[in-house]
Amino acid sequence: MKYLDEFRDPVVAKKILTEIHAITTQPWVIMEICGGQTHSIIRNGIDQVLPKEIELVHGPGCPVCVTPLEIIDKAIEIAGRPDVIFTSFGDMLRVPGSHKDLFMVRSEGGDVRTVFSPLESLKIARENPNKEVVFLAVGFETTAPGNAMAVAQAAKEGLTNFSELVSHVLVPPAMEALLSSPLNRVQGYLAAGHVCTVMGWDEYDPIAKKYEVPIVITGFEPMDVLDGILHTVKQLEAGTHEVENRYARIVEQGGNQPAQKLIKDVFEITNRKWRGIGEIPLSGFKITRKYAAHDAELKFEVSNIITEEPEICISGVILQGLKKPHDCPAFGKECTPQKPLGATMVSSEGACAAYYLYQRIVD
Amino acid sequence: MDFPEALSCPVPILSHDTVQLAHGAGGKLSSEMIEKIFLPRFSNTTLEKMEDQAVLDNPGGRIAFSTDTFVVDPIFFPGGDIGDLAINGTVNDVAMSGAQPKFMSVGFILEEGLPFETLHRVVLSMEKAAKIAGVEIVAGDTKVVNRGSCDKLFINTTGIGFVPDNVHISASNLKSGDKILISGTLADHGMAVMTTREGLSFQSTVTSDTAGLNHLVSDILSVSNDIHAMRDPTRGGLATSLNEFAASSQIGIQLYGDTIPVKENVRGACEILGIDPLYVANEGKLVVVVPPEIADEVLAVMRRNSLGKDSVIVGEVTEKHPGIVAMSTGLGANRIVDMPVGEQLPRIC
Repeated sequence: MKYLDEFRDPVVAKKILTEIHAITTQPWVIMEICGGQTHSIIRNGIDQVLPKEIELVHGPGCPVCVTPLEIIDKAIEIAGRPDVIFTSFGDMLRVPGSHKDLFMVRSEGGDVRTVFSPLESLKIARENPNKEVVFLAVGFETTAPGNAMAVAQAAKEGLTNFSELVSHVLVPPAMEALLSSPLNRVQGYLAAGHVCTVMGWDEYDPIAKKYEVPIVITGFEPMDVLDGILHTVKQLEAGTHEVENRYARIVEQGGNQPAQKLIKDVFEITNRKWRGIGEIPLSGFKITRKYAAHDAELKFEVSNIITEEPEICISGVILQGLKKPHDCPAFGKECTPQKPLGATMVSSEGACAAYYLYQRIVD
Repeated sequence: MDFPEALSCPVPILSHDTVQLAHGAGGKLSSEMIEKIFLPRFSNTTLEKMEDQAVLDNPGGRIAFSTDTFVVDPIFFPGGDIGDLAINGTVNDVAMSGAQPKFMSVGFILEEGLPFETLHRVVLSMEKAAKIAGVEIVAGDTKVVNRGSCDKLFINTTGIGFVPDNVHISASNLKSGDKILISGTLADHGMAVMTTREGLSFQSTVTSDTAGLNHLVSDILSVSNDIHAMRDPTRGGLATSLNEFAASSQIGIQLYGDTIPVKENVRGACEILGIDPLYVANEGKLVVVVPPEIADEVLAVMRRNSLGKDSVIVGEVTEKHPGIVAMSTGLGANRIVDMPVGEQLPRIC
């Protein structure tokens, strides 16, 4: 398949791998930010073939995983109401809330539907003027433009029955939060290519300078990931800490300007809770006052639902790269993809699920 | 095989355009529906007797017996519909034992208000699929339920076939060194249904692979009776069938990375939705495990059948990692191919 096979070519990938082996002289800890990168690393066994000095830790970049329990509980409360059609991307439906998940709400009679784009929810709102249609707007900067577009479009068309339950989070504040932690082990970042496609990379320069870490914008195919690792190791070995764009076929420095304009119009920056990490100041989006009529949090008055995370699950420590999934005593025992205790086991992009699916002890 | 007379067959004229509750009540309307819709298409000497049961000749030996219920939504999808799916699904389940399916029963649950035109279209494709497979529909039942109590129509089919002597195909028969063959591209059916379902707005050219595999099975058995295991990887896909083999036989399976054929458009749909073709349903493919010494010959006969033209050897059975299915990656690593948890869910990004 064009634009994919070129970046999965094992011959070229092995060449990059050989180069990584040749230049690595000491131990380095590198974090890949995005869950899509984690998926690619585990699926292709990249971590199995890297020099043993290089440790990859899996970052907080899985939207399903970092969405706090509280939002799931709010979603479940709204979705159970008889006048509501609740819409969501597929993999959010299986995320456990405090007592149940959205699939269970559906089995109890709630109208919960999977959509592939928030614009499909908008279509459902048009077709069902007597119902309240709610979209669960989660994710990073990558999904923000589409979600902003749906709100702006709803306002333009006067679709007052459309709203979004927003739990958007932002990558740069999370990177800073991790680096400023006294427990931080991360020495270099593979930045999330698709986030940078939207936002560009100007936000990363100050982080690279302040914390003296190389930040390499990296794609998702095996060759992209290996190339990102190679350039991070090159910088680490040379003692430099620049922002480097290795996903240039898609990412431009200024990002996608029309998308950013739309985001600024619909969303404003706010403090956000991250599952397992807690609240990070100014790390997410909420709907601006201008579009308050489309904010499900206000419309359904669910702001009073406050949920604390369960103590047994160490997904927060895993999201921070302090422990590996198999360091958790519950991993593969009490906690499996069939019965996930924490969100990192739910999404196929989550570090725990990726380990469980692809990597239990094969010689 | 072609059935122009069946395909051009007009909808029979009944006293109603749509199915009424009375059509399931056993009275005159029931008889009218049976005589005008079902009997002309499923006709055979056993069914025409209209007894409460079919009485069948038994050639002796072992019987393969299987049942399946079909609730697919949408009922018409590119490449097929609920009708040929219902016939082929049970034909294939029976055939995976090495048996030739001979007889079938068909049970319909119809939603009140279903247009007879729709039912007739489904029945025509059932007729066609049954003829291709060479099975007779010898028993049937119809129930009509209130509007909203089922989604248009559900179909149950049960099939009977006769297993040849000396054929002992079982998921628990895998032996170290056996070769694993699949009969063609994966994920066509599941992605055809998923991309047609309401809500998915991108244009798709993916078509279902629904087909009866019993003649392909006969071709495989013409090489040798010593076929170790065989399945049609429907729900849960190839990954599920292979995990069932590995668990039943308490032995490992090693897949060769990048040997599994997936059509370009199916791959595209899978990439967009973040779905792994190994876990997606097929309705016209089989996976067969054979001793290494006959693998090439089996592959050759499979490729000569139009339903097996893209057959390929995708892996082998190994004593390493018992109970686990692994796949080598292009980088020389090895990853686990586990059972899926539930339905495949498209990823956020």
